[in-house]
Amino acid sequence: MTTAHRLQDAPDNTAVLIEDVHKWFGEYQALKGIDLAIRRGERIVICGPSGSGKSTLIRCVNRLEAHQRGRITVNGVELTGNLRNIDAVRREVGMVFQQFNLFPHLSVLENCVTPLVLARGTPRAEAVAKARHFLTRVRIPEQADKFPGQLSGGQQQRVAIARALCMQPSIMLFDEPTSALDPEMVKEVLDTMVALADDGMTMIVVTHEMGFARRVADRVVFMDHGKIVESAVPDEFFSHPRNERTKAFLRQILH
Amino acid sequence: MTPIEFTPSLLVDRRATRPPPVPRRSTAGILFGDLTSALLTIVTGGLILLAAPAIAKWAIIDAVWTTGNPSACQQAGACWAFIADKLRFILFGVYPPEQQWRPLVVIGLVLLGVLMTLAPALWGRRLIIGWTVLVAVMLALMWGGFLGLSFVPTSRWGGLPVTLLLAVVSLGLGFPFAVLLALGRRSAWPVTRFLSVFTIEIVRGLPLVGLLFVASILLPLLLPADWTIDKLGRTVAALTVFAAAYLAEVVRGGLQGVPVGQQEAARALGIPYWKTVCYIVLPQAIQKVIPPLTNTAIIMVKNTSLVMIVGVFDMLGAGRSAATDPAWPAPYPEIYLFVASIYFVICYGISRYSLWLERRVREKDYQ
Repeated sequence: MTTAHRLQDAPDNTAVLIEDVHKWFGEYQALKGIDLAIRRGERIVICGPSGSGKSTLIRCVNRLEAHQRGRITVNGVELTGNLRNIDAVRREVGMVFQQFNLFPHLSVLENCVTPLVLARGTPRAEAVAKARHFLTRVRIPEQADKFPGQLSGGQQQRVAIARALCMQPSIMLFDEPTSALDPEMVKEVLDTMVALADDGMTMIVVTHEMGFARRVADRVVFMDHGKIVESAVPDEFFSHPRNERTKAFLRQILH
Repeated sequence: MTPIEFTPSLLVDRRATRPPPVPRRSTAGILFGDLTSALLTIVTGGLILLAAPAIAKWAIIDAVWTTGNPSACQQAGACWAFIADKLRFILFGVYPPEQQWRPLVVIGLVLLGVLMTLAPALWGRRLIIGWTVLVAVMLALMWGGFLGLSFVPTSRWGGLPVTLLLAVVSLGLGFPFAVLLALGRRSAWPVTRFLSVFTIEIVRGLPLVGLLFVASILLPLLLPADWTIDKLGRTVAALTVFAAAYLAEVVRGGLQGVPVGQQEAARALGIPYWKTVCYIVLPQAIQKVIPPLTNTAIIMVKNTSLVMIVGVFDMLGAGRSAATDPAWPAPYPEIYLFVASIYFVICYGISRYSLWLERRVREKDYQ
């Protein structure tokens, strides 16, 4: 813990530092030397064809996957096998999944309360107050007593965002948050994310929602075959893509 | 805080995705709706009508209901008087007669525990503590040797309390072991995995009778001479191990049904492993395997009757030995019918309860 605290106060303005990261699944190499630095408050959109390693990359940031070479440092804490460091990082990093991954046996309110109680030892009353606050923020306080199975996909994803926010992370990871949604529900989730961005949250978002990227992202990163092919501010990325693969990808996704 | 603007989400009525209810058919429709049903109804009806008079004659008309004189049962009818005469023996075995209020209280305590367990709202740590205390009280009450209660060795315990204690304790102790074995079988560590698979497969590969013999005859020979473990205790151990191995496979089936995403979400939220298992994964896993869990529980209740083979005096054992009383003329059908009906009440109760639980789980998903 001591190292974690010391490094966190470092003057450096970097939230996430990824240096030459490699990752293999057995024989298959998913990440081939990724370098990426993300400042506090920065919003990064990562896109790329499926199998390009973008999900793997953000799953390495909170160590749902372990990288085998290179360094990942989150708020000054390096991710190694050290469990304390992993805990410290997960305290700082919230995650939203493509499939929501709400706990189906718990009510919406309990989905937010239980992690606080189990992971942080927050007193129940305080946890409930916090949960209601964040459910209000994602605009579904009235659904608190329902079960996830009774909500629409968009509502479920907003609950998932509220659940992550309850832990008060300084960095949020979004792994294709709208890909499993019916088209008419995409907007409500994206709007929630835009509001979060406006509040200054550091965000790493894997998505194909280019409208969102244009509006919110500070930088768009394009990945292919486990490498970062192109990284630019949205204007430049969309109007003057340099790499051929980026151009091909954008042609496919924008038409 | 930035106000969030967006269109209100579309109200999706989940009921719309539910399969339409099957229309209820009238009784006549069920019995004679089509040719096959009608034929089956006539054939089974005929068989029942053929058998009914004989059964009624034996069980009711010719039956001897009360008598102090066993020879009154020499006639063809059922001898229910015998059950009345031997009731205490069947229920309590050779437990000292003037002390039989103690096993009676134990039966009451088991019922209390069952009532306590029925309401899902009460499930949790307190229920586990409650059952532990209850079982401790039951054992203390059966043993005695304190507060003026006379000491009764386990060799004199018998009947229904033994059946209930064996079932409750072997299932209750077996379940936590089952969870450990099931988790071990899915563990990333090869040694843990191997030990779990080894234990499960060995125990499942042995017949329960064999296991009981090992526990009651072989174990005392293998252990040092000054280690004396009570025979009933060894029997409980054997039943527990047996229940654990079978429950482990059921629990494993449930664990496989819980999506990986659940554990990932818990890890990403920073919930420690064991809390994730207890509060996130297991509740979902168990919900998915209520029918096979019920099945195993029912089988274990009935399996306790096999302990008779190693000389533990459960309800069936007590019934059998009651029937050997030379004063009464071979009342075997009556005694087995009586004991069977008690087993049936217990097992049918478990089965109905599990159906109710399943329905409750389904309602939480839709509604």
